[in-house]
Amino acid sequence: MITGKDFEYIAALSRLEFPEEEKESIIEQLNIMLEHINRIGGLDTEGIKPAYHIVPAVNVMRKDMVIPSMDRDKVLANAPDIREGCFRVPKIIK
Amino acid sequence: MKALKLHELTAHEIRDMLRKREISAIEVIEDTYCRIDSVEDSINSFITLTREKAYEDAKKVEKTIKEGQEPPDLAGIPMAVKDNICTEGIRTTCASGMLADFVPPYSAEVYERLVNDSCITIGKTNMDEFAMGDLGNPCDGSAAAVASGEVCFSLGSDMGGSIRQFAALCGVVGMKPTYGLVSRYGLITSAPSLDQIGPITRDVHDCALVMNCIAGHDSKDSASVRIQAEDYRSALISDVKGFRIGIPKEYFGEGTDNGIKKLILEQIKVLEDLGAHGEEMSLPHSEYAMQAYHIIASAEASSNLARYDGVRYGFRAGQYDNLEDLYVKTRSRGFGAGVKRSIMLGAYVLSSDRYDFYYKKALQIRTLIREDFNRAFEKYDVIITPVTPGVGLDSWKKIEDTISVYMTDVYTAPVNIAGIAAMSVPCGVKDGLPVSMQIIGRPFDEKRILQAAFACEQNSRIGGYQHEI
Repeated sequence: MITGKDFEYIAALSRLEFPEEEKESIIEQLNIMLEHINRIGGLDTEGIKPAYHIVPAVNVMRKDMVIPSMDRDKVLANAPDIREGCFRVPKIIK
Repeated sequence: MKALKLHELTAHEIRDMLRKREISAIEVIEDTYCRIDSVEDSINSFITLTREKAYEDAKKVEKTIKEGQEPPDLAGIPMAVKDNICTEGIRTTCASGMLADFVPPYSAEVYERLVNDSCITIGKTNMDEFAMGDLGNPCDGSAAAVASGEVCFSLGSDMGGSIRQFAALCGVVGMKPTYGLVSRYGLITSAPSLDQIGPITRDVHDCALVMNCIAGHDSKDSASVRIQAEDYRSALISDVKGFRIGIPKEYFGEGTDNGIKKLILEQIKVLEDLGAHGEEMSLPHSEYAMQAYHIIASAEASSNLARYDGVRYGFRAGQYDNLEDLYVKTRSRGFGAGVKRSIMLGAYVLSSDRYDFYYKKALQIRTLIREDFNRAFEKYDVIITPVTPGVGLDSWKKIEDTISVYMTDVYTAPVNIAGIAAMSVPCGVKDGLPVSMQIIGRPFDEKRILQAAFACEQNSRIGGYQHEI
């Protein structure tokens, strides 16, 4: 059961904010979904290995070759704010 | 000029006409846009159309043909690409405010391969935001564009069943390939362990042609598997003699429309008459598949959509106090309600004190579901099931609450959880709406799936579904 406190915690983790008047209905929707997924509690999975990967490949490496990287202007073309060839963000050091 | 009626032709039929010079590549494109202009208002398949580029590309194909060279199978064939597959220089939005103006600086591997084969891009198709199956908008332009004759085939993506379900609802053919067979490089996905790109086509033959082009190892996708390239056309034989077909009882229960069950069982009977053997069997952990799917999909969404921060690309909110506030405001305004709900649920199931109960357990169920299929495939060559619990979009419209809408993935998501291959093939009509069945196969055994699908298509007692607009 997701409480108001849980909601604030996961919203902060998700870097999301919601208008005060919407919170109650979103908590309700999340709890409906949670009620549905809680059914897995009925299945005993003791000792079953979790499937972290579904393909048998582990640590796939490609050959260490020098290839041209993407042109900087091309990379920056979709950025909302750039300056002097860099992404521009608000000041982070006070 | 011959009256083309493109919406009645398949890619391989158009290919043959192009090779025999009965039509020109430019006529094909003219006809395509003519069709789009007359039906798109009611279908709404596309987010972006690429008219100018399509004509340019068609001219190049025409030149090749005139020079007497044999073009590849899909040369000059009009295709649509789902708007979550990156196309260099062509806006790719994921139907999200977050990427409303995003023009990818590179192309997805699958797109590159089709373009190299001179396939013609007609446009980018509509979808629900980040392909999450959000409530109230169960649309997928990729299948609708094929069914309505706007294009010959399209590329879709299938995270929990989008390719197969929408192909089924529209009466066309859709394949979700084995995980690792088709490169995901350039696919904008919220759940990379579930998602695969695959073809939506008018018939099984076309599905094989598109698979021939897009399947195969790509070093840019770390999950891409190195396996021998196959010619899927060799599966286009109407022979299922000795095929062992599993019919899982969990998929034919109370939740499924009786009319759908009947049509599928009749189609299995057709295969049996051709020498296949059908048998009821069980996939015992199916009942937990949806729960595991929702946990895995939302957990991966919460992690994968973290990249949308308003810094490197995509939407950025106008007003903010500091960097943290920029992230929060950008994400809160850029994402739609359904995406935000998934991210929140994902953060919850991944949070440290819930992780074991939800996420880890979902991955254990994933193991069990995969083992169910592994065991089944020791005995059966293919498994046949319904694709959707009901026909048409009514099965969505009737339902008001969030969960029921998500339950529409119940027959398709287990395939994504197990990372195996499956195909949706039309098998009849109920109440004027198309019904399809799902053919599930062993990993990397797409050939056998295609073979069973081809036999169904060639020997159907019902006849094809007629698309009316």
